[in-house]
Amino acid sequence: MTNALLRKLSPLLLGSCLAVGTSLGSTAYSEELRIGFLVPTTGIYAQIGKDMADGFQLYVDQVKGDFAGANVKLIIEDEQGKPATAVLKASKLIGEDKVHMLVGGLLASTGYALAPESTRAKVVYISSIPSADDLTQRKLAEFPYFFRTGWTSSQPTQPLGQWACDQGYKKIITVAADYAFGYEAVGGFQKVFEDCGGKVIQKIWPPLGTKDFGPYISTLKADADAVFTLMVGPMALQFPKQLRGAGIKKPIVGGTTSYDEFALPFMGDEVIGDFSALQYSAALETPANEAFVKAYRAKYGKVPGYYAESNYTTALLIHAAMKKTGGKWPGSEEFIKVMTSLKVDTPRGPVSFDDMRNPVHNIYIKKVEKKQLFGYDKPELWNTVIKTYPNVSQFWTYGKEKFLAQPVYDRDFPPCKYCE
Amino acid sequence: MVSQQVKITLVAAALVVLAFVVPHTSSFVVLLATRALAFGILAMSLDILLGFTGLASLGQAAYFGVGAYLTAVLATKFHFGLGWDFWLVVVFGILLGAVLAAFFGLFAIRASGVYFLMITLALGQCVWGLAYRWNSLTGGDNGLIIKLRPNFGLNLTNEVTFFFLVLGFFVVSMMLMYVLVRSPFGRSLKGIREREQRMSMLGYNVWLHKYIAFVIAGGFGGLAGVLWAHTNGIVTPEDVVLTTSVDALLMVVLGGAGTLIGGVIGSAIVLLLREYLSTLVPWWQYVLGGVYVLTILYLPTGLMGIPKRIRQMLARSTNKSVAPLGSARR
Amino acid sequence: MNTQFWVIQAFNGISYGALLFLVGSGLSLIFGVMRIVNLSHGSYFMLGGYIALSVIGATGSWALSLPVAALAVAAIGMAMERVFLRPLGFDPLRQVLLTVGFAFLFQQAALDIWGGNNMDINPPAAMTQSIVVGGIYLPLYRVFMIGMALVIGLSLWLAMEKTRMGAAVRATVDDAQMARGVGIDTNRISMFIFALGAFLAALGGVIGGAFLGIFPGLDFEMLPLAFAVVIIGGMGSLGGAAIGALIVGLADNFGKALFPEVSYFTLYAPMVLILAVKPTGLFGRE
Repeated sequence: MTNALLRKLSPLLLGSCLAVGTSLGSTAYSEELRIGFLVPTTGIYAQIGKDMADGFQLYVDQVKGDFAGANVKLIIEDEQGKPATAVLKASKLIGEDKVHMLVGGLLASTGYALAPESTRAKVVYISSIPSADDLTQRKLAEFPYFFRTGWTSSQPTQPLGQWACDQGYKKIITVAADYAFGYEAVGGFQKVFEDCGGKVIQKIWPPLGTKDFGPYISTLKADADAVFTLMVGPMALQFPKQLRGAGIKKPIVGGTTSYDEFALPFMGDEVIGDFSALQYSAALETPANEAFVKAYRAKYGKVPGYYAESNYTTALLIHAAMKKTGGKWPGSEEFIKVMTSLKVDTPRGPVSFDDMRNPVHNIYIKKVEKKQLFGYDKPELWNTVIKTYPNVSQFWTYGKEKFLAQPVYDRDFPPCKYCE
Repeated sequence: MVSQQVKITLVAAALVVLAFVVPHTSSFVVLLATRALAFGILAMSLDILLGFTGLASLGQAAYFGVGAYLTAVLATKFHFGLGWDFWLVVVFGILLGAVLAAFFGLFAIRASGVYFLMITLALGQCVWGLAYRWNSLTGGDNGLIIKLRPNFGLNLTNEVTFFFLVLGFFVVSMMLMYVLVRSPFGRSLKGIREREQRMSMLGYNVWLHKYIAFVIAGGFGGLAGVLWAHTNGIVTPEDVVLTTSVDALLMVVLGGAGTLIGGVIGSAIVLLLREYLSTLVPWWQYVLGGVYVLTILYLPTGLMGIPKRIRQMLARSTNKSVAPLGSARR
Repeated sequence: MNTQFWVIQAFNGISYGALLFLVGSGLSLIFGVMRIVNLSHGSYFMLGGYIALSVIGATGSWALSLPVAALAVAAIGMAMERVFLRPLGFDPLRQVLLTVGFAFLFQQAALDIWGGNNMDINPPAAMTQSIVVGGIYLPLYRVFMIGMALVIGLSLWLAMEKTRMGAAVRATVDDAQMARGVGIDTNRISMFIFALGAFLAALGGVIGGAFLGIFPGLDFEMLPLAFAVVIIGGMGSLGGAAIGALIVGLADNFGKALFPEVSYFTLYAPMVLILAVKPTGLFGRE
């Protein structure tokens, strides 16, 4: 440890302008697979970054770093939740560590910052969390080395729109964080819900980071059948609590991050019975998921949410690709091709990919319940899966051409025809 | 007192060394150095206000931000500024920064001290709100990506070429600012910093002096923003956020306010700690926070003040026998 | 937009303002007495919340967490003032930067101690109910926040107006040099006021924690709000802080409800205007 630190510190000691020789690079073993992992490990997103890294590391540890004969060298860098820092750290990973691929990033803007970087350097970038729709839709052509193992923001909310319609909800209000992630999630929901005959009668956009929802809750129209929410981070805890406190008993259909296991353990019992949709639930009762949840919880003391799962699955998918290449790095182009051809069972269920390098996977409609699961001794809040939409692609049922002909979901697309 | 010529020679020598050494390092170090120089221009622009006029601004990121956003908007929406017209973008960036400062100055210059700090903070946050919220123009939280750097015979996509360009801008900016602070106008600014009322009584238009300094600082801030946008290839609201302004202020104080070059040294040290040290150890934030606190406590004149302090200490120890007790310190 | 809407919004705004008063009054007092712009004030709010979480985790008592967290943070504030701020003397810029440095350190320390999950403080179940008045749901917790702010505001006012200590503080606010001249120990007053400011911010953190949650970044979210309160009301004035808190609370609520498009500016634009017109705030004096 001390030695490693000293070795690493020496260029620093030489000073900023004398850092010659650091670019010599490490000796390349043919069977070493170097993965540069970019997550925030400091700042306000540090815990999410830790969960992401823990998920990936758990898989690597489980197979003892052996990806079909290739020895995995995982290099984690702190991107601090800033896109510009992610670009800088990427150049360090590519230029000095000579990584074969970059994995991670948290914010959509970080995904957008890293994608062109991967194009410039001809290095694979696997986005496990950033979900900006257009990265694997209208802008994909610009990023030949970009690959997504996570999701698009509208991928789970499109089936949720169908499901809400099937429940007989006619009028719905959307309350979502006022930024691109919220726009895309709401857009997908609204499009499908209205195509099925429902009406979105009001769209409310609290600024990202809103905690006091008082001003918005009192403007909710009384004749809505349900409320669609898309909350991020600490917003998720406060909205249901304040909505119920204001005496509004309408069902909540939550988008994606609103009820993820990252937030769920810190919620109160008022969320029991709320619905949400995502490609993963920790309460998924399959042997693969049960094993993952138990291993993760035993090691890190918490139930994994999708941040951990998505990165665990990413590691698993990279391993699957390396199996196909016999443990040899096939070069960036070929690796992307191999990844696209994968069909693998993962904790979230079967995963394959469309020709725009985005996963096709199950979307689960979930309901918060308090119960005991997997033999844990206390009753806890879990996202019980009440309906599975199998093998959902980012284009839902519209088909690629038709889907891509419309603009990307935005604050005003689809337009709110039934708002006044 | 080290003569001005010696100082200039030292700075020039350091820059020459930088120009020769950096190209032989890795692309990471080149990019790091480029960022330090671009941010250094911002820090120097702030130093005109802080060190030479006595105005502590907590909103310098606003001008930085408009310069960066202008570059990105022109590049992505109009495909403008990616060839020789890059030079026009530079001019526009400087102008936009200056115009914004001219507008903000109308509100801010009246205030002084803590109130100036607060009003510049509020103005800076307004720009941040705009960047965040004006989705159709700024891309909101997703930001704007500039896929390729300009290419006008000189291909700036090459990291080293781009480094030299930024270095060039840096040297020119530093020379211009140096001339400015040494000019009669600059000397009046210093007079205002020291004794505002007296300058006012002597018939100087104090408001106008401060206002002009504010506008000039805004212009250089805009220039730094243009370079910053091309350095990273992406512009997001993160570039305009309050902590960017705070960073710039800390860099100036760390290096030494009122020295111009101090801001650059501060910028280099902060970036080195934040971006380089963070690749080595997870507890880099404590080091950075500790450096801030210790500098402010024990080095009120910043790193550039160290030689002077050493001289003072030496002088004090030689004069010990004659100096009356307690007179050595304030 | 019926009466009900206006009543609810006004109630929400006032209760939010009550929380802001707790944070803003401490900041204002510190500025009034010491002319220090304390950028780690948001950190005190956050630390108060985190310490309360630990107390609740260990003892299960929410009521106990209020004084423990507030006193613990008051001690931190006092140490900061004694050890670090006092040696600087009067130098606003260095004071500001020093408190920023501490804010960064506190942020990282909180992350290392309590982790980065988004947490929530759960007050006793009785307080999370709502009362229904004329068909309007009033969450009891918001009523509690208003009551708490009133009690604290009144006690502060009484302490300032009716006690010897209060008189000494007022004299120091008016003219520190003169106060020293008549034998007031301004050093002790500074220390006391700084601790009191930290105490109030931490109390706000515990109370606000059940309303906003406790999470990394809370510190820098509260800081601009506290500043808006103090800037609008005027620095160094208790009554100003109360009025400022009320204005910010109401403006924020009605701004977001009526003009959601410009909600990013409902906080900062009034700040700019007031600073430009009357830099010392509505009730401040220089």
